[in-house]
Amino acid sequence: MSYLSTLTPAYAEIFLLVMTSLILIADLFVTHPSKTPTYLLVQFTLLGCALITVFTHEPGVIYIFNNQFVDDLMSDVLKLVSYLAISMALVYSRRYLILRELFTGEFMVLTLFALLGMMVMISASHFITLYIGLELLSLSLYAMVALQRDSAIASESAMKYFILGALASGLLLYGMSMLYGATSTLEVTGIADAIRQGVDNKSLLAFGLVFVVAGLAFKLGAVPFHMWVPDVYHGAPTAMTMMIGSAPKLAAFAFVMRILVDGLQPLVVQWSGMLAILAILSMAVGNITAIAQTNLKRMLAYSTIAHMGFLLLGILSGGIDGYSSAMFYAVIYVLMSLGGFGMIMLLSREGFEADMLNDFKGLNQRSPWLAFIMLILMFSMAGVPPTAGFYAKLSVLQAAVGAGYTPLAVIAVLFSLIGAFYYLRIVKLMYFDAPETHVPISIQPDSGLLISINGLAVLVLGILPGTLISVCAVAVQKSLMLY
Amino acid sequence: MIFGFPLLSLSIWLPIIFGLLVLATGNDRNAPLARVVAMIGAILGFLVTIPLYLDFDKMTSAMQFVELSEWIPHFNVHYHLGVDGISVLFVILNSFFTPLVVIAGWKIIEKRVAQYLAGFLIMSGLVNGVFASLDAVLFYVFWEAMLIPMFIIIGVWGGPNRVYAAIKFFLYTFFGSVLMLIALLYLYVQSGGSFSILEYHRMPIPMTAQILIFVAFFMAFAVKVPMFPVHTWLPDAHVEAPTGGSVILAAIMLKVGAYGFIRFSMPIVPDASHYLAGWMIALSLIAVVYIGLVALTQTDMKKLVAYSSISHMGFVTLGFFIFNAYGMEGALVQMISHGFVSGALFLCIGVLYDRMHTRNIADYGGVASKMPMFSAFFVLFAMGNVGLPGTSGFVGEFMVIMGTVNVNFWYAFALASILIFGAAYTLWMVKRVVFGAVANPHVEALTDITFREKLLLGILALTVLGMGLYPLPFTEIMHTSVNDLLVHVARSKL
Repeated sequence: MSYLSTLTPAYAEIFLLVMTSLILIADLFVTHPSKTPTYLLVQFTLLGCALITVFTHEPGVIYIFNNQFVDDLMSDVLKLVSYLAISMALVYSRRYLILRELFTGEFMVLTLFALLGMMVMISASHFITLYIGLELLSLSLYAMVALQRDSAIASESAMKYFILGALASGLLLYGMSMLYGATSTLEVTGIADAIRQGVDNKSLLAFGLVFVVAGLAFKLGAVPFHMWVPDVYHGAPTAMTMMIGSAPKLAAFAFVMRILVDGLQPLVVQWSGMLAILAILSMAVGNITAIAQTNLKRMLAYSTIAHMGFLLLGILSGGIDGYSSAMFYAVIYVLMSLGGFGMIMLLSREGFEADMLNDFKGLNQRSPWLAFIMLILMFSMAGVPPTAGFYAKLSVLQAAVGAGYTPLAVIAVLFSLIGAFYYLRIVKLMYFDAPETHVPISIQPDSGLLISINGLAVLVLGILPGTLISVCAVAVQKSLMLY
Repeated sequence: MIFGFPLLSLSIWLPIIFGLLVLATGNDRNAPLARVVAMIGAILGFLVTIPLYLDFDKMTSAMQFVELSEWIPHFNVHYHLGVDGISVLFVILNSFFTPLVVIAGWKIIEKRVAQYLAGFLIMSGLVNGVFASLDAVLFYVFWEAMLIPMFIIIGVWGGPNRVYAAIKFFLYTFFGSVLMLIALLYLYVQSGGSFSILEYHRMPIPMTAQILIFVAFFMAFAVKVPMFPVHTWLPDAHVEAPTGGSVILAAIMLKVGAYGFIRFSMPIVPDASHYLAGWMIALSLIAVVYIGLVALTQTDMKKLVAYSSISHMGFVTLGFFIFNAYGMEGALVQMISHGFVSGALFLCIGVLYDRMHTRNIADYGGVASKMPMFSAFFVLFAMGNVGLPGTSGFVGEFMVIMGTVNVNFWYAFALASILIFGAAYTLWMVKRVVFGAVANPHVEALTDITFREKLLLGILALTVLGMGLYPLPFTEIMHTSVNDLLVHVARSKL
């Protein structure tokens, strides 16, 4: 009993693992293709996780499993947002996947395993735990992309995703092993202490840092390690794209925080310089290349790259302001990308993917409400007030200017100006152009309601962003208290 | 607050709430309802601004009707509203124009009526927010947000080249604004974590930073004014926008940029403003003279009035940057007067366009014999544009020229050329459109203005004449604020 009670911070993960295994078996007995019982069970599991996370929360930073696993306010907040994102993604994808005969038990089990991976990444305080979480997440995602076996383009993108992802994992692992060689520990806090006390082999440390940063950049999709992003986003079924493009970004943010900010804090000068280059390149390549896209999923892929650049800008600015702005950015980004991909799935039909820009032509005439929601989402991605995206950008820029990176901030706003063009083009297509088709849009009540809430949340968070900003600030502050 | 009502909040949120109500009326089957709701919202929005004038204390330059509450505690951002003798006039001007554009679009707009009217109401609230904000983030939010409805209005209800114009309009103004955002963030950091504009007015800033901040502000405001050489979006936007859009653009949007100079640039970075005043004067004079010449060659009526607006706004920026009371008050009067006159001219062009579906000057001629009532109004507003004594246009121009003579005779000389060029292009247009023999069968078929149009133009004619004959109500309210602003700007902040 006493051992079990020390595991309280990991109850959510344990519950999720148990439930996932149960669902894997229970699903065998669900024969109807709509898989409603399984689906409800999955949503129930997510709700259960959320309740457990809320009720097992304890103030302060708690380490368990011999310092391999950490529970703090930041991890709890990120986990809650992840549950929400996965739950929303499932609501959005349900009909889309049923129509494509992909709404299988495996899909849901893989989703839950991916979530488990994210949670482990979010709470890891040891390089091995971090790596296990990352691989659990990545392998689930590779498999999900490949679920659509009869589609050549999906298989191709699964292959690309797998090979490049494996390469990135290799880089990361290699970097970690070098850091281990330099500091003789794999514990995140231990590494920081060891570096502070002085490391004999400086070049080993430097190489380790470079490899780790490269591996992280791969996973985030930052330029020049971004090649996989557009192809995977484009090729995967939209529901899988949403799974890749939403909640895992939160885990990636936590990953960067744990490794760079917690573990390699003494090398902040070195890695913030690297992040600056990654950030600028990401914003440049992402925003400029997005202009040339005709496929919305591909465009959103490049926009993701640009957004990751902004997120990195927040992290490299450092301090409570910088980290909390990056966290706020990640949360808002997840909300926006869920809405964006959700909209694509909402407009798609059997045998028709609404993923070309031209499919949005004249949406205002076909459904003014959906057009309005998409308008909010696009202006939010462009960072125009009064939408949440503006405050995400504002807080990152404020952190950057506050940290003395004003030139970087100027570059960032100029690239986001370029970015505004392609978001505006969507608005232009929806409002200014005539529709190409008059096929009525059939909206399911659940996903229709959700997209409304999602869009309005972006607007409401744009009018009253104070609470969420404060939550992020407090979360980061609480979890960084040790340093 | 009067009778416990937060008037400024009402002037911002009433139109926005009514705008949302209008949106909720849905598709064009409910268009009559949408129009009525929009009209009620617009009139209520105007009525709540009247006490702002009546209860305004003219003796102080301090902010009045102040509302202050926390908004984003983490960044120390406040919901901070207030008006002084300068901004109060623009809040009222803007709210005054909202019912007019609703009436102007009453019959003309037939597709997606609710969205059109809602766009104007929401924009009206947002523009009031710009004028009333005393918190930099709040200001920026309103400043940017008002682009969205205008973008939609130009793009959906505009002319043939509307998409190009709408995107150009948005990106141009967005470009200016983002640099201002960086400047505001810099000020936030330097002030030790405050977004209060009044706090920025007080804090000392070194010269290099002042110049950089001035340039960043200049990018934002000069694009909106618009000043030469960043004016090229305006003729496109004006020509393509529907009548109501043109009216709001000319009457209100351009004023927002000029207002930025006196609320931000001059008081926050006074030393840089003095240092760079020569450049500002040069650009203003180029606008006045060169753009005046460009206006002379236009064949499209809307384009002509658009260029005339740029030229007149050159007057305004020049009036600011000569740093004396005549210049600044004249510039402010000119801003309001130009709002009335150019708004009225765009409405007149709209009246013609609705009947003939062309804005080409060459397609008209002899309108006076078919539309005598309309022609009388048109000529009156043209005279206002020229700056004829007795119209509102004269007061501002005369004051600015007088202020400029005190500074430099040759500036005043160049400036006075606007009187000649302005008369030339305006009267020449009037001559070709209104007078002469009836040009073609289309003109022959014209009918004079309806009651709705009479009402619109009549209200504006009264204000143009009233302001021209008795400008005191406008100048006395701004007097204290302008004087204190000049005293403030004269003090170095190094």
